[in-house]
Amino acid sequence: MLPSLRLSVEDLAVARGGRRIVERIGFNAGPGDYVEITGPNGAGKTSLLRVLAGFLRPLEGRVTMSSNFGPIDRDEQALCMHLIGHRDGLKGPLSVAEHMAFWAGLYEGGDEAAVLERVGLKPLAERPARTLSAGQARRLALSRLLLAQRPVWLLDEPAATLDIAGRAWLLGLVSDHLASGGIVVAAVHDPIGALPNHRVALNPATLAEAS
Amino acid sequence: MNAAVAAVFKRDLTLAWLGGAGAAAPLGFFVGATVLVPLAIGADGKMLALIGPPLLWVSAALAALMTLERVFQADLEDGALDQMLLARAPFEALVLAKGAAAWVAVGGTIALAAAPLALTMQAPLPSLPIIFIDMAIGMIAFFGTGLLAAALAAGVRRAGVLIALLVLPFYAPPIIFGAAATAAAARGEGLFTPPFLLLAGCALAALALGPIGAAAAARLQAE
Repeated sequence: MLPSLRLSVEDLAVARGGRRIVERIGFNAGPGDYVEITGPNGAGKTSLLRVLAGFLRPLEGRVTMSSNFGPIDRDEQALCMHLIGHRDGLKGPLSVAEHMAFWAGLYEGGDEAAVLERVGLKPLAERPARTLSAGQARRLALSRLLLAQRPVWLLDEPAATLDIAGRAWLLGLVSDHLASGGIVVAAVHDPIGALPNHRVALNPATLAEAS
Repeated sequence: MNAAVAAVFKRDLTLAWLGGAGAAAPLGFFVGATVLVPLAIGADGKMLALIGPPLLWVSAALAALMTLERVFQADLEDGALDQMLLARAPFEALVLAKGAAAWVAVGGTIALAAAPLALTMQAPLPSLPIIFIDMAIGMIAFFGTGLLAAALAAGVRRAGVLIALLVLPFYAPPIIFGAAATAAAARGEGLFTPPFLLLAGCALAALALGPIGAAAAARLQAE
């Protein structure tokens, strides 16, 4: 089981390039909650995830996390989450196994052999990342989620390049994580299949009128 | 924390030897520049002994400079920088590991190549280990300040020009003291000469401030 955490977002406003793109967003997610962020291109889904990850400072509002023992400070928050961006973050010349070893070190996780099996890349372990297909590269990027146990998963279009089997596999991954008490926040165009406990719909059109 | 730092160091070292921004290109540049200038000047031993140390240091600084552009840019473009921001170690320590990997891969090769090249410019054989040490320490100064400039320019296309403008003023002191230290070594004055100590001072300052500044700049780039 994962440590039980709460992720609270209050009255969040986010600006990108000097323009307010996200306004008054709030949700309060607990163990086992799935938060689905939807909205058209450019609505600020990625920016919102980067605010949650602590990379981008919000214009207004705040993101807080707390455990049973009290609030978690900013530096500790980074250790409680994984962000899988829409870029896979792979290095062409490095092999699949080398990527896993790198992440296992970076996040102090382990059991690369079991993870390799679980993401279905075992036969490709020695292949350099530049020879992987888009779907295989995505599976490799998603393997970070399994290499180190972290309660909060921030996923940006996680299924974008996956085939039907890959999507089913991703749904299994997310469901297992939710069942063990994790939190998943995903920005999606096509629903990944899990039933959201909170929906965040970003809509730039209404925002333009308001500002 | 140590595992994360070691992972970044190992990955960057592997990448330096495997692909793209490898250590071979700056080495080729360094050797080419230092070999071609004497050819242009002619076989005047006295002249070569005089221009040897400054030539070595200017070429080494420019060879280090040409590798800086990709240090952060590649990680920013492919999203690897995001992965490091969530790592189980202070980001400053990971940036230091990146700098250390560049120093070993590029700085180490250039320092190793500098010794035999100095020999062709009339430096006596016993001074070669000292010249290697001079160069290895000078490379700390070049990569420490270079790291900061590389992080500041990571989001800019064709950042090489910007990095050169940012970095060249900071490269002047180590070039001056490094060339003086190498000239002193070639005259047989040993390692711990006053210019060497000043060079080591530049290296320490760059080592202390470079990674912290570079980490702050890279955080801004990741926004």
